[in-house]
Amino acid sequence: MIDAADIAFQILQSVFVVLAAPLLMGWVNQCRAWLQNRSAPSILLPYRTLAKLFHKDAVIARTASPLFRLTPYVVFGCMWLAAGIVPVLATDLPFAPAADIIALVGVFALARVFSALAAMDIGTSFGGLGARREMLVGFLAEPAMLMTLFTAAFISGSTQLNTIVATLAHREFAIYPSLAFAAVAFLMVLLAENARIPIDNPTTHLELTMIHEAMILEYSARHLALIEWAVAIKLFAYLTIGIALFAPWGIAPAGDWAALPLAFAALAAKLALAGAGLSFLENALAKLRLFLAPEFLSTAFLLAVLGMLTHFLSHG
Amino acid sequence: MDQSFFSQLVNLLAAFLLLIAFAMLSQRRILTLIRLFAWQGVALAASTLIVAYSTGQTHLYFSAALTVVLKVLLIPWVLHRLIDRLEVRWDVETLINIPATMLIGISLVIFAFALATPISEMANTLTRSTLGIATASVLLSFLMMIVRRKAVPQVIGFLAMENGLFFAATSATYGMPLVVELGVALDVLVGTFIFGIFFFHIREQFDSLDIRHMEKLKED
Repeated sequence: MIDAADIAFQILQSVFVVLAAPLLMGWVNQCRAWLQNRSAPSILLPYRTLAKLFHKDAVIARTASPLFRLTPYVVFGCMWLAAGIVPVLATDLPFAPAADIIALVGVFALARVFSALAAMDIGTSFGGLGARREMLVGFLAEPAMLMTLFTAAFISGSTQLNTIVATLAHREFAIYPSLAFAAVAFLMVLLAENARIPIDNPTTHLELTMIHEAMILEYSARHLALIEWAVAIKLFAYLTIGIALFAPWGIAPAGDWAALPLAFAALAAKLALAGAGLSFLENALAKLRLFLAPEFLSTAFLLAVLGMLTHFLSHG
Repeated sequence: MDQSFFSQLVNLLAAFLLLIAFAMLSQRRILTLIRLFAWQGVALAASTLIVAYSTGQTHLYFSAALTVVLKVLLIPWVLHRLIDRLEVRWDVETLINIPATMLIGISLVIFAFALATPISEMANTLTRSTLGIATASVLLSFLMMIVRRKAVPQVIGFLAMENGLFFAATSATYGMPLVVELGVALDVLVGTFIFGIFFFHIREQFDSLDIRHMEKLKED
């Protein structure tokens, strides 16, 4: 049933996502620098940072338990697994039946729980503070994310991400108000989950306002490199989920080598656009106070629920 | 252009209308509230125009024009002048906090949709699926009138409710007869003016537009 070509596609996609994720990060940083009228760093800077970090010696606090050492590998593994499930280049991958959208959200949640535990493990105040904030944002973002995914699942009648994408990519043109609602909600969740600007500032050096950065303050060298890499893969995975749900045209079926160059080109163009749009949004918005984050995310939840209800109304 | 395309367009505008109703519910500034009300009028007029064009009901063109003149231009202008002279720009106070209001709003939407689904299954109009959204926006405006403490947002809620009713009429029966619509439009306009006069009287009496003061009207 599963033939060699499918497996080759699966391996190709997984490796491609892991290798390309820092490039996307570099592109977003470059766009942001351009928009702020700064001279932009090289697009390859994230790779150099990773290489530098891998060559350093790790320093670990005396109070750290094995959990602290384990966490970077767990987080990286979760993100890599997510990258294998999301249809980035091709649908119908052999890995895809392993997890549907609910399990995918669970994989992200597992990574979050481990980073929060590791941040509390050391016992510094900033670690605990970051972990608590991260869990606050996470528990508000997750229902909104699930509702968004359910809206798409209702349209295609399946919670398997590859079935959803296959249905949405090959339907005839129709205006779905429900998908428009879901797209806005998904964008808000994406910003919150990836610690981007209205909720968290990824480049901040001010510990008091940090969320995600405060959790990883104690990490160094290869552990920090793995976490940074996982963050890049997470952003990549979220952007490709967004592309897969709301603009899935041009994706290749698994095992079809002829469609692969087109899928690559479409993906590169869409990711370049999405990255530029993301950096534009980050420049246009100001960071919200932490206590406004529940309002931001409850709006996202509201939009997602409205999208689902609108779907029932016009098709039910 | 086939009917299903128009139907989708009306659905999209209806979704937009519902979104604006929620935005009004969560809005803290009066000026933005008035702007949202004007946008609701725009969406309403656009959907009325589409229904008029696709069904050939000429009197709906008049209602669309009436909507634009009255609800997009005239009433927002009157409200702007009112809040300029009353000098109230910021003080929208809610009785319940905003996320809780949103959750109540969602349950109202679910209720409205459940109510409208059996009715719209019997109908065969172009706009049958929007009846639920129209009912929902009426209920949401009602909720806004309940949770707001000050007089101006309550009046905006009342006007938004009229928008919802108008949309319900268009989606259920392709609009009321022109005479009725003219009458309602006039009522709304006159109502706005009378509310304006009331605002001044309320403030003169209590030095505030807070409706709570009206509870102790009777003399001891």
